[in-house]
Formats: sequence, structure tokens, C-alpha cells
Amino acid sequence: MNRPLKVALLALAVSTFSATAQAHRTWLLPSATVLSGKDLWVTVDAAVSNDLFYFEHHPLRLDGLEVLAPDGTKLTPEHVNTGRYRSTFDIKLGGPGTYKIMVLNQGVFARYKLDGQNKRWRGKPEQMKSEIPANATDVEVSELQGRIETFVTSGKPTTDTFKPTGRGLELVPVTHPNNLVAGEKATFRLVLDGQPAAGLKVEIVPGGIRYRDKLNDTRVTTDESGTFSYTWPGPGMYWMSASVRDDNSRIKDARRRASYTATLEVLPP
Amino acid sequence: MRLLLTAAMSTLAAGSALAGEASISIDIPRLNVAEYHRPYVAFWLESEDGGKITNLAVWYDVKHKDGEGTKWLKDMRTWWRRTGRELTMPTDGLSSPTRPPGTHELTFKSAAAPLAALPAGNYNLVVEAAREVGGRELLRIPFQWPPKAPATLDAKGDSELGAIALKLTP
Repeated sequence: MNRPLKVALLALAVSTFSATAQAHRTWLLPSATVLSGKDLWVTVDAAVSNDLFYFEHHPLRLDGLEVLAPDGTKLTPEHVNTGRYRSTFDIKLGGPGTYKIMVLNQGVFARYKLDGQNKRWRGKPEQMKSEIPANATDVEVSELQGRIETFVTSGKPTTDTFKPTGRGLELVPVTHPNNLVAGEKATFRLVLDGQPAAGLKVEIVPGGIRYRDKLNDTRVTTDESGTFSYTWPGPGMYWMSASVRDDNSRIKDARRRASYTATLEVLPP
Repeated sequence: MRLLLTAAMSTLAAGSALAGEASISIDIPRLNVAEYHRPYVAFWLESEDGGKITNLAVWYDVKHKDGEGTKWLKDMRTWWRRTGRELTMPTDGLSSPTRPPGTHELTFKSAAAPLAALPAGNYNLVVEAAREVGGRELLRIPFQWPPKAPATLDAKGDSELGAIALKLTP
């Protein structure tokens, strides 16, 4: 095999691998989403996997884990553990209302060439200067704004935790995410930096992939106000995800990739 | 004195029979299962369009220590979504302990709460049962309020609920 062809094949293999890597799904899976009573706990699995919702690939890193109580205060997760295939943590619910559980992955991803070799780097914006060599060439920088969420409600659902921060891609529920029933239509809005995320494709996949042949995924597109609707075909846990690439990074000459992923439970009618 | 009392009581009984009532008879089936818990049962009225809810009764494990019986209220998931999650349990006049297998009666006077405040119209009586380590079942009986003539309407469950009858007396 001549050398240029070998290099081309290697490049192809690398890009195929990275495409596969991006196809992995990240998720949070709560033990319950609708609760009654008092002294309530919810335990959550967090993983990166192919099949939903099976922990079979990588644990989700919990560096960016945040839990918002119904009144907007932050709760500290307990029993946080990262294992071989999944991370887990527990949340002691303080009182009635809706809790927002999220993992925010903020960071920078860079590709560059050094002495003719392709390199990849991942880290924080402030580390870039010191960790990417000054003599690197073909530097391509992407700022990542990832948001992975799920919701749980004790008693009556509340909406105080739905206020967007105005950074990255965020969900503004129209239908409450803990009030979803099979056969009913749910409506949500996506906002990018607080503005309507229009024309965005949202992928919705029901869990239980391992026990069926078809993925049964659906793609819905947001309208001008960033709004989209979906009628749940059956009960179960659903994975919902969307992402955007643009040039609106705060880092000079960088692209931005903003993504939003949520796990939603749909109850039987 | 005794005569007077008896006379007064019979007047009271006659008066209440005239005033009208709605009574519900519910059969909790005896189930042959390894682990049996009495079902939680919620009874409520829904206007035909589903918009207005009137709670009648909620049977749950009120005696469980530290009020932990409220943990399974959400398993009556239709009731929970429609009204249960808005309430604080226990509630006087609404909540009471679970009942054993057998036939039970609940009677509501037309002149008393909650029926006194019920506007005329078409309604459903909804009965939802959920059992720990067991299943869930929901039955509806459509009826008109106030009743024009005595009527007995019924429905029959096939798992968690037996026969249910709604007896209306004008």
C-alpha cells in the first residue's frame, strides 16, 4: 500500500470513529419522576451509551452536576459515585415542587497539527494558552456548551426552575415535563442564548432499544419561536436531544457547539 | 322521653330520605396472591368535559407510621394528576383507611357537601384502585345530576375492582 493512500485510509478511520463517538447518547435516568409523600429520595443513573437506557459504554462525568430545588436553591447530591459503566447519585427532595437535575459540560475542544501530526485536546478555555503548543498549526477550536437534564416532581408541579440562563441551548417547557401522558401532545420551546432556536431538528427516541429491532426515532423541527410539539405514542422513558453549531463563541476564532438533551417520562393514560 | 326521641329520629330519617342521596356500593375482590396489601381507592366526580373535579373519598394507609402511606398515593395516577397532587393528605371528610375485601357502601346526601354544591349536568363517577405490589384499575359510571328518577347504574372491573354500583335517589 502506498503511503498517501494509507494516510487517507487512516484519516477516514479516524473521522468514522469520531462520528461514531458523537452518535453515543448521554443521559440521566431518575428512579422516579412523579412522587407523593414525604422524606423522598430519588436516585439517578448517568451514562453515555448507544442503547437507551442501558449503561454499556461509559459513565457520564459528573463534574458539571447541578440540582435545582423548586425554590431555585441548589441542592447537594449525595452518594455520588462513578463506576465503570455509569455514575450514580442520590437526591433528597426537600419539599413539594419540581426539581431540575442537570449536567453542564462546558469546555473547549481543539484539533491541531504539530510536526505534521494530528492532535486533539479538551479542556477549559483558560488552559488553552498553556496546553496547546505555540508552534501548533491548523488549530480548530470549538467551544462546547452541553446541557443534559431531567426533571422530578413531588406533589404539585411548579415552574420556577424553568427560567433559562441565557447561555447555550435550553428548554423552556410549555407542557410541564412531569405531566406527560401517552396519547397526549406535549409542547416545548428551545432557546439559544435566550433567543428562540428556530428551525432546529429535535430527535426523540423511546427507551428500551435493546428489545426491539427498530430505533423508532422521530425528528421534529422547531418553528420560528423555537417551539415544537410531539404526541407520545406510548408510555415509557424518552430521550430528547438537539444541537447547534455556529460562530457565536466567546473564544476568539472558535466555533461553538451547543447541545441540549433531556430524559422525560411519559406515563400510561 | 324515649318515645319523643324515637319520633324525632324517625322524622330525621324520613327527612333525609326525601332529601335525596347518591350511594356507591363497591366490591373489593379477594385476591389469591402471595403478598396482599389492601388497595388504595379514590372516588371522584368529573364533569362530562373533564374540567371540573369533585372529590368524594380517598382510601389510603392513613395509619402507616409517620404518614408514610402517602408515598403510594401517586399510584392512583389518574386521580393524582387530576386532583390528588393538589391536596394535602390526610384531609378531613375525604381520606379514610383502606378497606378489606368485601362490599362497602358510601352514601352522600344531596343536601350536604360535596353534592350540595354540584351544578346540574352530566358527570362521570370515577373509581380508581391501585394496590402495592399489584395492579391498577379505573372505572367510570356516567350519570346525570340531579337525578329525575331513582336509578342504579353499574360497572364491573376485572382485576383490582369488582362490581361498582351508583344508586341515585332524587
